[in-house]
Amino acid sequence: MVVLATKEAELPAAGQQIDIRNVSHQFELEGEPLPVLDNVDFSVEPGSFVALLGPSGCGKSTLLRLLAGLDQPTNGELSVDGEIVGEPDPSRILVFQDPTLFPWRTVWDNVALGLEAQGVLKRSRHRVDNAIELVGLKGFDKAYPHQLSGGMSQRVALARALVNEPRLLLLDEPLGKLDSLTRLTMQTELVSLWQRAGLTAVLVTHDVEEALFLSQRVLIFGPRPARIVADISVDLPYPRHRGDPRLAELRREALGHLGLAATW
Amino acid sequence: MASIDPPLSESAVQEAASVRPAASLWSTGLVAAAAWVGTAALIELWPEIIPQPYGRELAAGALVIALLLAVVAATGKLGGKAAVTIRYYGPWFLASALVVSGWEIVTAKTGLLPVPFFSSPQSILEVFFDDWERLGISVFYSVLLLAKGYFFGALAGFLTGVTIGWSRAASYWVHPVLRLIGPLPATAWLPLAFFIFPTSGSASVFLIALATAFPVTILTWSGIASVNRDYYDIARTLGAKPLFLIFKVAIPAALPHVFVGLFMGLGTSFAVLVVAEMLGVKAGLGWYLQWAQGWAAYANMYAALLVMALMCSTLITILFRVRDWSLSWQKGLVRW
Repeated sequence: MVVLATKEAELPAAGQQIDIRNVSHQFELEGEPLPVLDNVDFSVEPGSFVALLGPSGCGKSTLLRLLAGLDQPTNGELSVDGEIVGEPDPSRILVFQDPTLFPWRTVWDNVALGLEAQGVLKRSRHRVDNAIELVGLKGFDKAYPHQLSGGMSQRVALARALVNEPRLLLLDEPLGKLDSLTRLTMQTELVSLWQRAGLTAVLVTHDVEEALFLSQRVLIFGPRPARIVADISVDLPYPRHRGDPRLAELRREALGHLGLAATW
Repeated sequence: MASIDPPLSESAVQEAASVRPAASLWSTGLVAAAAWVGTAALIELWPEIIPQPYGRELAAGALVIALLLAVVAATGKLGGKAAVTIRYYGPWFLASALVVSGWEIVTAKTGLLPVPFFSSPQSILEVFFDDWERLGISVFYSVLLLAKGYFFGALAGFLTGVTIGWSRAASYWVHPVLRLIGPLPATAWLPLAFFIFPTSGSASVFLIALATAFPVTILTWSGIASVNRDYYDIARTLGAKPLFLIFKVAIPAALPHVFVGLFMGLGTSFAVLVVAEMLGVKAGLGWYLQWAQGWAAYANMYAALLVMALMCSTLITILFRVRDWSLSWQKGLVRW
């Protein structure tokens, strides 16, 4: 009983703590070094929702790839829960701007990908069903990706990430390619998914309103090589309202940091 | 591949069926039936310049086709799927009646085309009646030889393609060899192969395998090389190990390319098969053609060509069925 109880208590995995210490990164482009991150240094509290906001191509996505373990930084250290990030691990999952579903797999098989890769699919088939239900795609199990709309595809991509019960969700402009109405709906859904799963979420976006509407804290990056120019705390409870005057105030502040104050 | 017309897609059949759902009488079918009756009458009643056997059997066959068309025309949609297919090919039935009649006239009836180089329809029918055993055995040996060579060639090509697509080191060593040896027609190896291998049969298996392996290797390789890199990143973040990346990501993603390679390999393997059978192997349709030429049996050659065409077409149909089944997730597949 005791064992069971602790197990139950552990199930809603708490989010991971992120510490990024003096991280710089550069690419080699035709033999020339191209710096993309310049001495980035910040921490993220476990279970919080942080947005990284900045102009396109400033290096925010690179930071997510480093956090996922897909690339290693040129300088500095990234650690998650005190451990330095090495290889990719299913506890930290990256959701890309393109859903990039495997076209030869059905929705169900796409969502099952991670469990299959980790060799635990046989005993956790119900987790796949739950994840599909969670993103509202029940009944689409057997559909192939080419039969889905953009929004549905991105929901499948989210389910594919969430089924692994990640403790850190790295979102690389996941709503960037959706039409604006679907985008607004999915923003609300993202917040409720994050709240239910109790994980840490890091969202990369270049949409000021999206960053403020979704996250508890917005880090604003300057143009490449990216460094943090501002750290805005969004002190508003959920569910939030788009017409909230406080959001407008924060938006004005954020635009100022991005050098767009004149457009207000 | 994209240039292959879809002759009988499901939708076309449904369309053909839905165009005349209410029409109880099918006019094209009636005209085609009449044309086949005419063909039968022409074969039976117009005397041949040199009397030939099997004229009556040919006429009977034409009458059977006419009867079939008449029944389908009269019963409408009652005949089920077979009737729908026959209706779809109605114009073809009409055209083929005209072609058979014309062919009959210029060969058996008037001798406009020089005999024996151009055979009449009944003389080809005669071959099927009198020499079916030898033709059947030839088909059996051809298919057997092709199957062995194609299997080993496709397997070797697929494995090589995956290996060089995946491993930089393998690609470094194999690529130059492939560039030098690959474009060489497999038939160029023929004299050497017959000399090196203990039997002409094993030499032919090798040559067919060689001809098949080259396109399969190249297409598999390019398929693996062109896999979206993001697929690997996604699989890796989800916990995939290298073997999973090869078997569950790279190979399925490359499969459409692999099938193009298998299709091209099948085409080249036919060419090598026939040449090998003509020059060394003492069995098979290629040998039959060569043998018939030795006896100046032109009708046998036409019959063997017809059988060979059916054999090759059937094999390609089978390959396309396998592809459609394996790639059912793709939309807009070209049908054979």
